[in-house]
Amino acid sequence: MSAHALILAGAGGERAWRLQDYAARGGYAALRRIIAGKTPPEAIIAELKTSGLRGRGGAGFPTGLKWSFMPYAFPGDKYLVCNSDEGEPGTFKDRDILRCNPHAVIEGMIIGAWVMGCTRGYNYIHGEIFEIYQRFEEALEEARAAGLLGRNILGSDFSFELFAHHGYGAYICGEETALLESLEGKKGQPRFKPPFPASYGLYGKPTTINNTETFASVPFILGMGGEAFLNLGKPNNGGTKIFSISGHVRHPGNYELNLGTPFPELLAMAGGMRAGRKLKAVIPGGSSAPVLPANIIMDCTLDFDAISKAGSMLGSGAVIVMDETTCMVRALERLSYFYHEESCGQCTPCREGTGWLYRVVRRIERGLGKPDDLDLLRSVAGNISGRTICALGDAAAGPVQSFIKHFADEFAYHIENKKCLVPPLVQEAGSQIYM
Amino acid sequence: MLEIEIDGKTIQAPDGSTVMDAAALAGIYIPHFCYHKKLSIAASCRMCLVQVEKAPKPLPACATPVTNGMRVWTHSETAVKAQKGVMEFLLINHPLDCPVCDQGGECQLQDLAVGYGGAHSRYREEKRVWLNKDLGPLVASDASRCINCTRCVRFTAEIGGLMELGQAFRGDHAEIMTFMGRALDSELSGNVIDLCPVGALTSKPFRFSARTWELSRRRSVSPHDSLGANLIVQTKHDVVRRVLPFNNERLNECWLTDRDRFSYEALASEQRLTLPMMCERDTWHTVSWQIALEFIASALQSIAREQGGQALGALASPHATVEELHLLQKLMRGLGSENIDFRLRQRDFRGDAVRAGAPWLGMSVVDIHDLHSLLVIGSFLRKDAPLLAQKVRHSAYRHGLQVSAVGPNAEDWRMPVAARALVAPSAMVATLAAIAAALAEETGGAVTERLAGRLSAAAADISGEVRAIARSLASGEKNAVWLGNFAVQHPRAAELHLWAQEIARLSGAALGFIGEAANSTGGYLVDAVPGEGGLDARAMIESPRRAYLLLGAEPDLDFADGAATVATLARAQLVVAASAFDSPALRQAADVLLPIAPFTETPGTFVNCIGEAQSFNTVARSRGEVRPGWKVLRVLGNFLELPGFDHEDVESVRDEALASGIPARLDNAIGDVPEADAPVPRAGRLQRIADVPIHFADPLVRRAPSLQKTADAAPPAARMPASTLAALGVNAGDKVRVTGSGAVELHAVADEGVAPGCVRIAAAHASTVALGPMHGDLSVERI
Amino acid sequence: MLSQESLRQIDREIAKYPPGRRQSAIMSALRIAQVEKGWLPKEVIEFVADYLGMPPIAAYEVATFYNMYDLRPVGRHKITVCTNLPCALSGGVYAAEYLKKKLGIDFDETTPDGKFTLKEGECMGACGDAPVLLHNNHRMCGFMTTEKIDQLLAELERQ
Repeated sequence: MSAHALILAGAGGERAWRLQDYAARGGYAALRRIIAGKTPPEAIIAELKTSGLRGRGGAGFPTGLKWSFMPYAFPGDKYLVCNSDEGEPGTFKDRDILRCNPHAVIEGMIIGAWVMGCTRGYNYIHGEIFEIYQRFEEALEEARAAGLLGRNILGSDFSFELFAHHGYGAYICGEETALLESLEGKKGQPRFKPPFPASYGLYGKPTTINNTETFASVPFILGMGGEAFLNLGKPNNGGTKIFSISGHVRHPGNYELNLGTPFPELLAMAGGMRAGRKLKAVIPGGSSAPVLPANIIMDCTLDFDAISKAGSMLGSGAVIVMDETTCMVRALERLSYFYHEESCGQCTPCREGTGWLYRVVRRIERGLGKPDDLDLLRSVAGNISGRTICALGDAAAGPVQSFIKHFADEFAYHIENKKCLVPPLVQEAGSQIYM
Repeated sequence: MLEIEIDGKTIQAPDGSTVMDAAALAGIYIPHFCYHKKLSIAASCRMCLVQVEKAPKPLPACATPVTNGMRVWTHSETAVKAQKGVMEFLLINHPLDCPVCDQGGECQLQDLAVGYGGAHSRYREEKRVWLNKDLGPLVASDASRCINCTRCVRFTAEIGGLMELGQAFRGDHAEIMTFMGRALDSELSGNVIDLCPVGALTSKPFRFSARTWELSRRRSVSPHDSLGANLIVQTKHDVVRRVLPFNNERLNECWLTDRDRFSYEALASEQRLTLPMMCERDTWHTVSWQIALEFIASALQSIAREQGGQALGALASPHATVEELHLLQKLMRGLGSENIDFRLRQRDFRGDAVRAGAPWLGMSVVDIHDLHSLLVIGSFLRKDAPLLAQKVRHSAYRHGLQVSAVGPNAEDWRMPVAARALVAPSAMVATLAAIAAALAEETGGAVTERLAGRLSAAAADISGEVRAIARSLASGEKNAVWLGNFAVQHPRAAELHLWAQEIARLSGAALGFIGEAANSTGGYLVDAVPGEGGLDARAMIESPRRAYLLLGAEPDLDFADGAATVATLARAQLVVAASAFDSPALRQAADVLLPIAPFTETPGTFVNCIGEAQSFNTVARSRGEVRPGWKVLRVLGNFLELPGFDHEDVESVRDEALASGIPARLDNAIGDVPEADAPVPRAGRLQRIADVPIHFADPLVRRAPSLQKTADAAPPAARMPASTLAALGVNAGDKVRVTGSGAVELHAVADEGVAPGCVRIAAAHASTVALGPMHGDLSVERI
Repeated sequence: MLSQESLRQIDREIAKYPPGRRQSAIMSALRIAQVEKGWLPKEVIEFVADYLGMPPIAAYEVATFYNMYDLRPVGRHKITVCTNLPCALSGGVYAAEYLKKKLGIDFDETTPDGKFTLKEGECMGACGDAPVLLHNNHRMCGFMTTEKIDQLLAELERQ
């Protein structure tokens, strides 16, 4: 763990996730202070704005601003939802947050409820991490028993109920309106916006949805002050961020860094390239972010603005590292398969287009490519991009566009020679992990 | 109002409009598939993508709200590029089977592909194939053609009231299907055929019989329920091939019931009567119209001369036209008889003496939209009046209309019912009295003096449900109280009417009748009811006449007591039946059969439940010697040398029939009706609840083969709640002997939607005719 | 159709949602039913739909949309292997190949003794632990080298 860690700091031990340990690390102090001092919601929103906290789920929307959209005075139920449906290839930070520090998320949500006047909250947890869901349920029980959740929290007249909802295998539910549909017991098909969740969310009521890491950051920001948090990162990119690094590195895992840390530092922390091989390319923000070749990424700092300037996205901070043994056609085939399988089937371009992209990429990978296939892929991806209700269409088109853009020669070689530039045995050797 | 510019045209659009709405106002067509004006917005087909100023990407017109000063281009390069892109995606997996597709020529995908599709396909991968689904006898599935617009799914959930279709699986595996391959089981299911923009859902009865461009289209009016849905009847070579809705926002909108849509199949029935026939010494033979009419005229004249007009009776179907009913009553009155009626399933006619006018819905159909509270008394609402029910459902789901009900039945109406008093037929009058008493308490009003005396028992018996119904009516501002078919057919119908009027008065509600048939209101307007000293439909059977004229009605199936009707008619000296169909019961009852035209082969008029006279013309050539009923009656009038039968055309009959105007004659008010003795069911017997199932209800639907294969045409069973079954020692599924005036054998079915102590057995079906009256008590025993 | 224990668990899930929102519990209810039955026959889906007061086809939509529900019988041990890019870069595809060879079955197949079913999975949100596989939906196993796969299979064989 890096020295900069906030959320993951001291959260390594067996019992670190328990309420008692969290409290010993200073947990729930922010909440207690707020409730005792009846801190006005506006003051908390101002602090969040000062901190420069941007949504950690991928879109990077300023959290303070988002919280200010909720109609505080709206009568009746308002909902707060935590998006722990982390399923974008390369992303695995929320699982670790929930495993190591669930109470930080709970505290962040209670504070959010206080700020926005929410009556009920749900944490939507990714289907494949059932053990984590069970742990979160236990953490909720601890919080309820301690009077931190439920009616009259800490003896005040503030009440907030929080529950865990378990997903069951649909990447699309990471999209916030699909997640709401899923919470309502339906297929996770995204809703057309407007209306936005702040006015028409869960059960048609005002709702705010934030990522796990975003909520977990809140108690720390209020503990150290927005200014201090901001200063950990850089302007407009405040604070620390957990980076999930995977692929061809020696020690894949989560590393909490100040935003703005140069990429080579993260790579070094992860033990460098596996077997000392040469870096070929990096997807810096989860599988839907455009791939960047080695020479570009090595010059980047890890923050929203720098990565965006380099032509990709920081997204959820999921860094997929590929070395010289990687076949880029095969890598794209894996990603295209994913988006094809995960398209919800609602919008025509995505439903039909993701399958088309996958089938063409698979054909090229199998040595059955045709000379005009790359133009076709570009055109089909272009016809999906920006034409769908949610961003999954863009996410599916993005990798195709960026892989072909940066590695056109490799695709052309595949089509012409009906085989890969990188021999299969080399690919297999490259994927061996060393325990 | 908002100002928007579309393709350079400035348009004023109401607040809340979408770009699609605004474009429609200006007559600008934006291509689309999933959008439908009557369904929720899915915004998923993406065909309606348009360019909007300042928007970074094209937006779907169907879901984009208009903002003031917005500028939109529907045919700019950006818009067309997006639309063409979507079209290509829609086509990659769509089969190239247009030549064998029933939708050809009326396919939105085909039409739009001409404008937006490429000349050749860039898709070289394998096309997706789906297995076809069995959706039942009415709707055919060609699943591979589906473009997943989900209109059909949204229809079943939003209009039909129960999500029967779903889009299972995801991505390009997504498939439209029912649960476990069930058939669509809705009286409105055929509408998904119209909604499907491609050939994935087509009409099973119509399949492969004609191309759309071969069909002539003529407007008509549904002859079934009291709404009078507007139709487009399509014919090829003068034969009706298909019936589609004609959009009428005041009535059926763009919907039809399955009965309206598929009953045309009966027009080709082998039971069509095509030649006049007479029975002599138990042998039927065909005769010419001349001989038939001469015989009838002379027989009627001699009976009238010898025994007076009162020896004659006329019984007409409420599905007969205004013109037919008018000429029939004129003919009877010309012969000196006041014995005429069209209310064949009614038992209690005490209201006739004290009713103010012709019963009707008491409001427009459109007004249902704004109702706050509606009490439905004695109705199988969903099946008796499916499109009225749909309006109520819509209002209940979308606008918070509170629906409550009183009656012996509680079947699923596929809408939220806020309160329901499930009571035996014998308790209905008392229940209404209790509601009136509770309403008086709730509103601080008082029950009318002449009724107050009847309250003592009722007032003490205010149950939770009664209270809830009263509260619902008391809290609403715009309310209605409707009497359904069961209430109208009830042995104490006039008292139910009286109490309904009292409830309506106390709650400021409109009082209305749902109406049994296409011309239930029209029959009153043309006085096809007994006048001074005349006999009503019941009395004409209970006090047999020497001769009867039967118009469009089947003696065994269209009367309150089919068994008694057949027996009485069979004993009469002369029975003349004018009918579109032949049947064994008709041959048993009648001496002369006159083939008259069904609604497609004659001009005519129905006055629907909102008092609208809707006229229609002949849409298809008559078969054989079939003649329009109005002409037959007019000529018979001539043969009888009665005055006033010299109409040159149907319009002059219509004008004469409705000369006194309609609106002024519509009035649901009723004067005082004395309290009748409540018939006490005999010990050990069950009260009968007789519904008239939607697909048995009239001679046409009974003979429509596809409708007869639906769940709604399942043979009658003896339906009872578990408590009643237990009391009888009968298990669900057992065969039971049910005895009324005669005995039949039926299967017992457990049904908690039946009031305890009652048994629900459908009428209008050959298997239950022997039971006799639709009301009264029956014994049920295990065989 | 379902055991008292399963119904109790489902009731606990229903209680998480506001009154009149029983449908929200469909995902958990189907999961609980699947744990009891091993997979989701249509009759079970219909029972759960009725229990929650929703149309059966809406429950079927849910059961077919989320890919951890099994609509056909599976072996006693369902092993789902992630072959997505991050896992593939760390041996996920080869782990799957190894499993196929060892069990003698392909994806979506079950061993003749009914013990093992193999599935290809999507991202499980544990890419740092690649290769990753899921045992019976609820137990995640990481860093699945061939040795660890052997250990796991031996353990499951014994069960």
